[in-house]
Amino acid sequence: MKFPSAIGKRNTTPQSHGPAGEDIEGLQKIVIVGNPNVGKSLLFNRLTGIYVTVSNYPGTTVTVDKGRCKINGRDFGVIDLPGMYSLIPITEEERVAKLMLLEERPKTVLHVIDAKNLERMLPLTLQLIEAGLPVILVINMMDEAEELGISIDFNDLEGKLGIPVVPIIATAGKGIDQLIGKIDQYVPILDKFQTSYQKGIESSIKEIESFLKNSYPISKRSVSLLLLQEDEDMQRLVKQKEGKDYDQIDGILKKTSRKYGYPLNYIIKIRLQNEVRKITSSSLAAGPLKTAGFKERLSRVMINPITGIPILIAILYLGLYQFVGVLGAGKLVNLIEGTIFGEKINPVITKFVMSNVPYRPIQDLIVGEYGIITLGITYAVAIILPIVGTFFLVFSVIEDSGYLPRLSMLVDRVFKKIGLSGRAVIPMVLGLGCSTMATMVTRTQETKRERVISTLLLALAVPCSAQLGVIFAILAGHPLALFIWFVVVLLNFILIGFLAARILSGEKPSFYMELPPLRLPKISNVLIKTYSRMVWYFKEVFPIFIVVSVLIWISQLTGVLRVITNGLEPVVNLIGLPDETARVFLFGFFRRDYGAAGLYSMQNSLTGMQLTVAAVILTLFVPCIAQFMMMIKERGIKTAVLIFAFVLFFAFGVGFVLNQALVALGLQL
Amino acid sequence: MVTNAGQEILEKLWIDTVEGEDEFIELKKLGREGTINRLAKSEHVVISDNRVKLTPKGNREAKKVIRRHRLAERLLHDVLDVGVDDMESAACKFEHIISEDVEESICTLLGHPRECPHGKPIPPIRCCKEGKEIAEKIVTSLSKLRKGQGGKIVYILTKNHKNLQKLLAMGILPGVPVEVIQTYPSYVFQAGQTQIAVDKEIADDIFVRFV
Repeated sequence: MKFPSAIGKRNTTPQSHGPAGEDIEGLQKIVIVGNPNVGKSLLFNRLTGIYVTVSNYPGTTVTVDKGRCKINGRDFGVIDLPGMYSLIPITEEERVAKLMLLEERPKTVLHVIDAKNLERMLPLTLQLIEAGLPVILVINMMDEAEELGISIDFNDLEGKLGIPVVPIIATAGKGIDQLIGKIDQYVPILDKFQTSYQKGIESSIKEIESFLKNSYPISKRSVSLLLLQEDEDMQRLVKQKEGKDYDQIDGILKKTSRKYGYPLNYIIKIRLQNEVRKITSSSLAAGPLKTAGFKERLSRVMINPITGIPILIAILYLGLYQFVGVLGAGKLVNLIEGTIFGEKINPVITKFVMSNVPYRPIQDLIVGEYGIITLGITYAVAIILPIVGTFFLVFSVIEDSGYLPRLSMLVDRVFKKIGLSGRAVIPMVLGLGCSTMATMVTRTQETKRERVISTLLLALAVPCSAQLGVIFAILAGHPLALFIWFVVVLLNFILIGFLAARILSGEKPSFYMELPPLRLPKISNVLIKTYSRMVWYFKEVFPIFIVVSVLIWISQLTGVLRVITNGLEPVVNLIGLPDETARVFLFGFFRRDYGAAGLYSMQNSLTGMQLTVAAVILTLFVPCIAQFMMMIKERGIKTAVLIFAFVLFFAFGVGFVLNQALVALGLQL
Repeated sequence: MVTNAGQEILEKLWIDTVEGEDEFIELKKLGREGTINRLAKSEHVVISDNRVKLTPKGNREAKKVIRRHRLAERLLHDVLDVGVDDMESAACKFEHIISEDVEESICTLLGHPRECPHGKPIPPIRCCKEGKEIAEKIVTSLSKLRKGQGGKIVYILTKNHKNLQKLLAMGILPGVPVEVIQTYPSYVFQAGQTQIAVDKEIADDIFVRFV
């Protein structure tokens, strides 16, 4: 997961965001490529010292990271690309990875592969060699492979492939020095391995090559092969470069594909795989398949619905309710907000300001009801930080363990009903932490339809951790209210997902995912990850809280706040809530958590029923300003505005109906 | 040697008189009088009172044609994933050109199927009786395997381009050994050192041969 520092700015080039966005213009580039979940980000971290969130989950690098590293006194730019399976992309991030790989003209390409799955990952190595790129094969996770009894003859592999091969253990930092040495001395080896294809394909390659008159970033052989495999980007590029000649090339492509019954990418991939098997026949010795270990047994229990669903509920209860809700939003917030800020810091500052600043509006700006310190900083540090912090800690543990892909597999069938696939579990669970971050992650989904539906659901029915924490805290004394809130929000999630899936046309989602082995989360990894997410969040939140305080102060000074809240009051009265809640909802737009925090501070003046209705509306209610910006950035302004308008009316509609229903039932909450 | 048209007639007689309730078919209902006369001459059918019946020789021949037709349907349907409409017309041509050896290979490959895709019985021959102890089909889609079953991938259906591409990307290719770990709510299988989860639609496209 990478966290853009400049949310809201629409970046056309993917490389320009991310905290690891060092300027590496003009430097020679080292590009890291490989399948998802093979340790690319960790290697990037080892080379550059920049921390990118590393997890045991395929597809966490959604943006491109850049950093610097010094080798032998010289600076190099290091680029960490999103995971890619082959040169023919399936998802948008894979496409980004491929295009960058082709455009960067790197000094060295580090192809990182998982030692446990050598055979499966080498076809991409062959493709990279074929493209004429200066490849070093980096075989990672040697420790896990050895545990499985796999042994690899690196010299043999090096000899056959004709490129440097370096074994490493990125988690322990082993082999990194040797790798740096090889990058430093990298000399292109001339007789690299060349894959030979079927005669018919080879002759088509020759024919196509003869029409490629211009220069390309990769070898013409590779260009021809990509064309034969119907790669759209390459088609576009060649069309643009060769102009009229493309028609002839197209003729060759059509002729070749008619010759074979199967699609050419199928035939070519099978050939590549056969070549790999020949190469590894002398260099790879696999141990017996181990499927009886404890981790494997645990994994089976997790993916079996009979045992897996109780496990899921236990994780949600312990991780979310107990840890984030009771500990984070309850105890920690009480301590920091009530004791530290409420009794120590704020009174002192208030006293100081009151006696030293003569002008009333300025006093208000700093320590007034909506003051920068009494509202902005207090909310950000005392209420939101502990909640979001505890959530990210739990999420990092879950993520590192490899549980999320298993959860995806478990919920796929249900998610299909709402137009999503099990893959959407990641943005949805992450959305329980921060929906803004989650909206960004929706781009890892395959089809546009899935991306729109998950963006909608995140905006509507997925409460963020700050909301969750505050809602848990407010409703803690009202178990029935908490239950009603949960059921109403869940029903809305399912109902709207179900309807959206019916209404939105587009490709049906399909589900495929690797289940990486379960790992015991590493404490250092979890802490670093939590820390880096909190840094991202804080950079995100803190300025907004300050800005919001100032905005509210201005609108209060000018009377605008009064006008807007007056306008909202009849609406909230209609759903049985007192006037003051209008303000809470208004603040909720500036940040969802901000609104939640506002609700928290007025909990004592509301009845159980009012709290329930307010909690439901606040959960469903419009996304916060940051999330809205992210929606515009990821989905475009039209979709974002439509979702916004829908959510706004829908949330109050549900609140109205719920209030009527609760009144009619006469429930004591 | 029975001509294609003759085989067609025998098939019809088999369906109506062996599988159906009828004892004969009216000559004029069958048409193609020349063909029927030739069949009568080669003692595959008897004609009396304008009614046509199979002889024991004709019965044997008809059974073979029926069997080839339905095996062809199975092959087209299960393995080549041809739609039901195309399957019918293609099977009509197939039945005339499959040699006995090829027929036996197809039958073994498909695991001696007992019914055609329409649910009608496929008359068994020697190879089926010998192969009866193989309870499961030799080639079947991954989605039909039970927990713990496995084999080698023999082919992947290529009609859905996107699914094919995903499978290729993950290294799910012919020759890869697989074992099913779980079938519900999604399919989880071991492929080499990797565990992969897919939905039913994708599992349907992967065909496995038992080892």
